Amino acid sequence: MSYVIEMLNITKSFPGIKANDNVTLQLKHGEIHALLGENGAGKSTLMSILFGLYQPDEGTIKVHGEVVNIKNPNDANDLKIGMVHQHFKLVEDYTVLENIILGREETKNGFLTTKNARKKILEIADHYGLHIDLDAKIEDITVGMQQRVEILKMLYRDAEILIFDEPTAVLTPQEIVELMDNMRDLINEGKSIILITHKLNEIKMVADRCTVLRKGQYIGTVDVKNTTVEEMAEMMVGRKVSFHIEREKSEPGEVILEVKDVNHFNDYLNKNDLTDVSFNVRAGEIVVVAGIEGNGQSQLASVITGLRNVKSGNIYLNGDEITRKTIRQKTLTGISHIPEDRHKHGLVLDFNLAYNLILQTYFTPEIQKYGFLKFDSINKKADELIERFDIRSGEGRKTPMRSMSGGNQQKTIIARELSRPMDLVVAVQPTRGLDVGAIEYIHKQLIKLRDERKAILVFSLELDEVFAIADRILVMFEGRIVANLITAETNENELGLYMSGSKEATYDGSN
Amino acid sequence: MTEVTKKRTCSLKFKTWWRKVVESTGIEKFLATIIAIIAGLLFGLIVMLVINITDPFVAFEGLGAILTAGFSKGVKSIGEVLFRAAPLILVGLSVAFAFKTGLFNIGASGQLMMGSFLAVFVGIKTESWILALISGVLGGALWALIPALLKAYRNVHEVVATIMMNYIAMYSSKMLIEWLIFMPIHQQARPVPTGGQLPTLGLDKLFNFPRLNSGIVIAIITTIIIFVLLEKTTFGYQLKAVGFNREAARYAGINDKRNIVLSLVIAGALAGLAGAVIYLVPAQGERLATKHVISNYGFQGIAVALLGMSHPIGTMGAGLFFGYIEAANLPLQRVGFKREIIDIISASIIYFSAFTLFFQIYARRFINKMRDFFAKIKKKPQLATAEGVEIETLPPNEEGKEGGQEDDRK
Repeated sequence: MSYVIEMLNITKSFPGIKANDNVTLQLKHGEIHALLGENGAGKSTLMSILFGLYQPDEGTIKVHGEVVNIKNPNDANDLKIGMVHQHFKLVEDYTVLENIILGREETKNGFLTTKNARKKILEIADHYGLHIDLDAKIEDITVGMQQRVEILKMLYRDAEILIFDEPTAVLTPQEIVELMDNMRDLINEGKSIILITHKLNEIKMVADRCTVLRKGQYIGTVDVKNTTVEEMAEMMVGRKVSFHIEREKSEPGEVILEVKDVNHFNDYLNKNDLTDVSFNVRAGEIVVVAGIEGNGQSQLASVITGLRNVKSGNIYLNGDEITRKTIRQKTLTGISHIPEDRHKHGLVLDFNLAYNLILQTYFTPEIQKYGFLKFDSINKKADELIERFDIRSGEGRKTPMRSMSGGNQQKTIIARELSRPMDLVVAVQPTRGLDVGAIEYIHKQLIKLRDERKAILVFSLELDEVFAIADRILVMFEGRIVANLITAETNENELGLYMSGSKEATYDGSN
Repeated sequence: MTEVTKKRTCSLKFKTWWRKVVESTGIEKFLATIIAIIAGLLFGLIVMLVINITDPFVAFEGLGAILTAGFSKGVKSIGEVLFRAAPLILVGLSVAFAFKTGLFNIGASGQLMMGSFLAVFVGIKTESWILALISGVLGGALWALIPALLKAYRNVHEVVATIMMNYIAMYSSKMLIEWLIFMPIHQQARPVPTGGQLPTLGLDKLFNFPRLNSGIVIAIITTIIIFVLLEKTTFGYQLKAVGFNREAARYAGINDKRNIVLSLVIAGALAGLAGAVIYLVPAQGERLATKHVISNYGFQGIAVALLGMSHPIGTMGAGLFFGYIEAANLPLQRVGFKREIIDIISASIIYFSAFTLFFQIYARRFINKMRDFFAKIKKKPQLATAEGVEIETLPPNEEGKEGGQEDDRK
């Protein structure tokens, strides 16, 4: 079988970092080739080179055996290379059709005509089973459908080689299955696909071969069929990754957090999005709140941490009422909060790394004196946390937060939140969008804190995560807690029934 | 021996400092601003050439007048530059401070008008310049308090609110002046008695410019205070955190509402201070007039803050620069140009400073080239060509720095 694309010995440096060091990637005709690596391993750089956004310092690119020089994305388009970016490049106010033809509009007497385009798109959509309403506006359709628009955009431009950059990061489980089917269909029609991802089970599901990068280095290319998930993970991270973290059975102690009959009213929906929620979390246990997104988990987390106020009900920490205390008071009485949206709440992206690490402690005597910041202590503390939590960045503590990878941004939050004195950790989707190495790391940190007799409350949408770390599982459905399960005594099926609202148990908040 | 090592560490210290300067983005920004200024002046030259198409020499005379405005009459010119720069620096700081804390204070004019009225009023009534100055600050601060509260508690955009406050300030100050301190013959406010005027600190004699007063000293001290406040204190840290990301600041337990109010009120206080400095001038200074016009200073402040990249020190430099070309007014008119030429040039400089990022790339290239050039000169006697080549190609990263330092020690 011939190679449609060969990227041979590609090297690309940026100031302070070698993003790609002698990397080789060969894509066969009609295969799904996975490109695997941790955050910051150089996957995006390599694909940006193929797409013409960067020029390689060394190395050659061949398309169908011929050496080519891809200077910009237009060259890539001409070579029939198309890319679905992780963050979609769509015009929100335009319809699906307008987005697909954007840049390739047909005109008649100077006026836009869409008749031919519509016909061609409908043909493509029929052919590949990518059905979509062409006249819907982008802002009105789901993320999964938006991705479909991106795929149609590539096909409309007759792309033969399709690059998918982390396509499943934004999709629901059902949408992921659908996308995988679509990708198989595309292969059957003679297209070739490069799939950038750090999710191993997806590679196992669809990919034929897999090239692994680590810290810019080329590690190897393997046949997915003959390789286990564990082996691929080891190639990617550079050490054995334990998917099942060994841990002692939990022995819950005294009650740390008690939530009693909490109700929260949603002004937009004009109804309660938390109804009579009661539960507690004890010292030395990890309680995971499971549920399908949008069943009140965000609201519950934010009333506990103080971002929102309850309508009624009480919250106690170590027996003291904290229901209506300010966020600062809650922080100081011992709640660490790993927020759901790290860009919105967790970080000030325009601050540097060191400044983000003191966001919760800048007012303490350790950091300031008479209102003046103590830069020596800030730097010392930053270096210490960077070392201890292995936060990687281009320029150390001075790195602008905006320029850091998602995994290291999350590590920054974790370092800040877990390094200060606390009794309770509230972690909302702490591993969203992270690779296996980082996920393992965060899970280990949480378990370590549990073993130090802290109370841990995690909100998670991923069943894998729920079963990996939970000692006890609470299931939320439509703003209520519908089940309180001991992890060892339940399974994914039962959990699924509770999550979808098909089954409900009475739970009064005690355990 | 000890002296030698002392000298060595001293020169090393200087070199690491210098290296830091060269590597920093600050120097890039500074150079980029200089490029913008040059581009603006060239544009001004073109305009002058077009106006005087028959006699191009006049245009060059005009450019000469602008360039030499600050020293054509020796210390007197310098005095005039400092005099004109003082309020520009202060009102520029007002806008820059708001920018740095995430707010666009387009209402500096209104705050300045209220500040200046209150300053003049108190100056006339109490004949105490300190009380007058404080009143000016309070006037500006109070005028900013209203949009600040609206922004913090009702999420009313500060641009809309402060623009409206500008109009209210225009009419209120006219009304108040006519009611309380009017001199109908001249259609303006009564003069401030000597006690209410800012002390000159002997600067007027030193620079032989009677209107020069302590305003410039106030401006410089204020710049330093604002710089320290923003960069060195927890208060500045809070203000910036709220400005950059209000939600994250709230999550961190920072009182976002209080900080928004404070940052706009401080910006208003600075504008009010500028107003006081303008009108408490000794020796036939500007008098508060009652016109249906919003003070132009507020908008000049935006220009100053933009050129100074919202950095307090940069703003001071930009204020001095604008003071400099403002001083070119008379010389230009003498050559035969209208004073609007100055405004055109100022405006085009601001326009060009929008290209700063673009200029910055060139500035960085230029700096690197110069650095390599000097490294080469130093290398030559040792003929370490291989290493020399390596240094040339090294990007400005950690390796480059270390390598460079070793070279210096040789």
